[in-house]
Amino acid sequence: MTETKSANKTFDIIVIGGGPGGYVAAIRASQLGMKAAVVEREHLGGVCLNWGCIPTKALLRAAELRHSIDEMKEFGITISGEVKIDLPAVVKRSRKVAGRLSMGVSHLLKKNKVTVFESEAKIGARKGAIRDVLLADGTVLNGKHVIIATGARARSLPDITPDGKTILTYKEAMVPETMPKSLIIIGSGAIGSEFASFYHDMGVAVTLVEAVDRILPVEDPEISAIVQKAFVKRGMKIVTGVKMASLKSDGKGVTATLYGAQEPIKADRAILAIGIIGNTEKLGLDSTKVKVDRGHISTNEWAETGEDGIYAIGDVTGPPWLAHKASHEGIICVEKIAGQKDVHAIGAGAVPGCTYCRPQVASVGMTEAAAKEAGHKIKVGRFPFVGNGKAIAMGDDQGLIKTIFDDKTGELLGAHMVGPEVTELIQGYAIARTLEATEAELMQTIFPHPTLSEAMHESVLDAYGRAIHM
Amino acid sequence: MAIEIKMPALSPTMEVGTLSKWMVAVGDDVRSGDVIAEIETDKATMEVEAVEDGKMAQISVADGTENVPVGTVIALLAEDGEDVVTISSATPEPAAPKPVASKQEASVQDAPVQDAPVQDAPLAETPTPKTVSSPAPITSPPSDTRIFASPLARRIAADKGIDLGGLTGSGPHGRILRRDVEGASASAPMAGSTASQLAVTATAEKGASTLVANNQMRKIIASRLQESKQTAPHFYLTVDCNIDTLLESRKALNALAGEGIKISVNDMVIRAAAMALIKVPAANASWEGDNTRLFHHADICMAVAVDGGLVTPVIWAAESKGLFELSTISRDLALRARDGKLAAEEFTGGSFTISNLGMFGVREFAAVINPPQGAILAVGAGEQRPVVIDGELGVATVMSVTLSCDHRAVDGAIGAEWLQAFKGFIENPVTMLL
Repeated sequence: MTETKSANKTFDIIVIGGGPGGYVAAIRASQLGMKAAVVEREHLGGVCLNWGCIPTKALLRAAELRHSIDEMKEFGITISGEVKIDLPAVVKRSRKVAGRLSMGVSHLLKKNKVTVFESEAKIGARKGAIRDVLLADGTVLNGKHVIIATGARARSLPDITPDGKTILTYKEAMVPETMPKSLIIIGSGAIGSEFASFYHDMGVAVTLVEAVDRILPVEDPEISAIVQKAFVKRGMKIVTGVKMASLKSDGKGVTATLYGAQEPIKADRAILAIGIIGNTEKLGLDSTKVKVDRGHISTNEWAETGEDGIYAIGDVTGPPWLAHKASHEGIICVEKIAGQKDVHAIGAGAVPGCTYCRPQVASVGMTEAAAKEAGHKIKVGRFPFVGNGKAIAMGDDQGLIKTIFDDKTGELLGAHMVGPEVTELIQGYAIARTLEATEAELMQTIFPHPTLSEAMHESVLDAYGRAIHM
Repeated sequence: MAIEIKMPALSPTMEVGTLSKWMVAVGDDVRSGDVIAEIETDKATMEVEAVEDGKMAQISVADGTENVPVGTVIALLAEDGEDVVTISSATPEPAAPKPVASKQEASVQDAPVQDAPVQDAPLAETPTPKTVSSPAPITSPPSDTRIFASPLARRIAADKGIDLGGLTGSGPHGRILRRDVEGASASAPMAGSTASQLAVTATAEKGASTLVANNQMRKIIASRLQESKQTAPHFYLTVDCNIDTLLESRKALNALAGEGIKISVNDMVIRAAAMALIKVPAANASWEGDNTRLFHHADICMAVAVDGGLVTPVIWAAESKGLFELSTISRDLALRARDGKLAAEEFTGGSFTISNLGMFGVREFAAVINPPQGAILAVGAGEQRPVVIDGELGVATVMSVTLSCDHRAVDGAIGAEWLQAFKGFIENPVTMLL
């Protein structure tokens, strides 16, 4: 069989993994005239689409609607009768959304003439410029270039084994059959904070435990503090600056013991959200020069590994674990392989991050502390949503937009937002950064009234002492 | 709206082209597909076709213009019905073809003090307004070329005094971005600059190298010396000078000299050269096309190496200055040249240049003429060499000097005569004191 390699087993690019890094890379390769294949072992769309970004947004939308019922009265709307949550229906809708999008990816790949193999894959030997990729059924694919886009899975702690019933990872947490009364969430990054927000809105008593001194540790501390305050105001318990000593399950409930004088915390269930680890196993990397460092594949800025012709993109290469970063890396990697001109590696601080808890959080670029540490003399602008007409009309006027400029060049070093729809707003600043706008262009841009985006304008103006509505 | 016709890129590598010939004149009707001009590249002559219909409103780049960069607007086409006169009057005077090398040369040469010393260059990296010879103002680009650059790139460039016109943009459609400006700035890249990080990683392995942006001084040195070598037919004459007597005289003079004065061999070389220029005035000449300029004085430039280049301050009428005075002047000029404290008029002009690399142990070398001067003297090290004196082998301290002459202004015999005079003064230093 290996002697009669048919043309349909030979590709310019073979992508292992069909998530937002892999399928995007394959489509881009096809656009550039390369013959591309994707090997996916489970679902096209990967974790993002099936078990991450998208289904959680569906769940959070349900939680948001539930929350808005509580606010109806303030808007002059009274609902009589009992408000019930049909949990299976909520979860079912979330799964339906994921399924629909996964079908969409399948369609896109087909449309772009990307061949899809449903299998696990293993990197085989290299013959000249051609690399073998072995599928589970013994099929051998031949590729000039192989891109590893296998993603990542939840990291666990030593001595803690998620059982999927009481101690959960994001995957089980996304498809609850019943609502627990109480829940401990370990880790307050984007995943932990989103689950905390969702479960709390669904009526669960949530305790959020974070090892460092604040929640959402990658965000600017001012933003973290606002989210923390909002969570606490809603009745959530937050424990920060404490490491967990153990998390034990007796099958019915969990007990978390913390270092220090803290009382053990008991709850029905716990969710582990302490980061993820790359899927680097069973890929046959041992016989290559691909370097795996603490669960992630080491790459340079062009996604090249230590082995010629093997590349890695997305979560498997390490943080930030973001779908849009994976997609962009896939595009850069393929364009570089194709010898495209003007391909540029992802610049520091160019990847925006969004967290869809209530209130939403979004940021791009450096925090104030990072900017100072990098030696910038800075100007900082702040504008709270309480000064924004649209936010007040929407009844959602809590939050802040903070902008950080380099004093000398006017470069927008960073933007940090918390409040209504900021995940949709951040792109304005991201574009400004890509176009290398300075404060002058941002000030000269007309922001429509009444919109939440006016607060973005005001924040910039404030950095230069020119805010109007404050 | 007038339609801009630009210098097309006729091959992937083409950067500039010569507009050999216009096939249409202002006022002519042009239809899409008509041949309107012939463009000559380094490889071939090609025809340019109109891609739109209209009437020729303006020809911005004349026939025979060389080095027209790709993308330069070479003509304006009025759309049907549009008033040709309005367009040409509304359009800023197109000015000379749009530079590249030719304009830089022009701005250097047309400067009032046209003969800025070759190897010269303005004092520091940032040209002072006084520095007449520095080309290209920093911000205002020629009105017919819009420079595409990000706001941040513009601000950083303005701050660092970098001419955006000289940069190649790496952004979409050649847009100049921050990384391009920072890449061009040799000094202190900004903290956390992605561009510089990329540059470093990209070159970390084989064939590692660093791009250093050429400052104004380097660009002037490059353009003037290239001009010299390409336009002035150089020839070279070398003689050996026995400097034993000169060294003794120097010792004697220094013994007489007052506090703080120490005559160097170089001072005596300057003096001898000055005297030789007066004795053989035909060698003190400069080619100016229709005329040859004969200088009345020995205005001698001395090449001084400075950080990142060299400058050539002038000792005016060196023949009229005694050795002690020459010594004081040359030392002062050299010191201030190294500190970048020379005024522009102190390093522009001159009729003859001396370049001395003897202190580096160079035995002899040939220097490139400092245009528009007619000759330059390259001075090697004084070293003990075996010599034949009256049929006997002996040892003498010998210094080899090489005169490079612009054959258009200075013939071989004139150069040889000058060298003979120079050698005479050096070997009999008493005569140079007359």
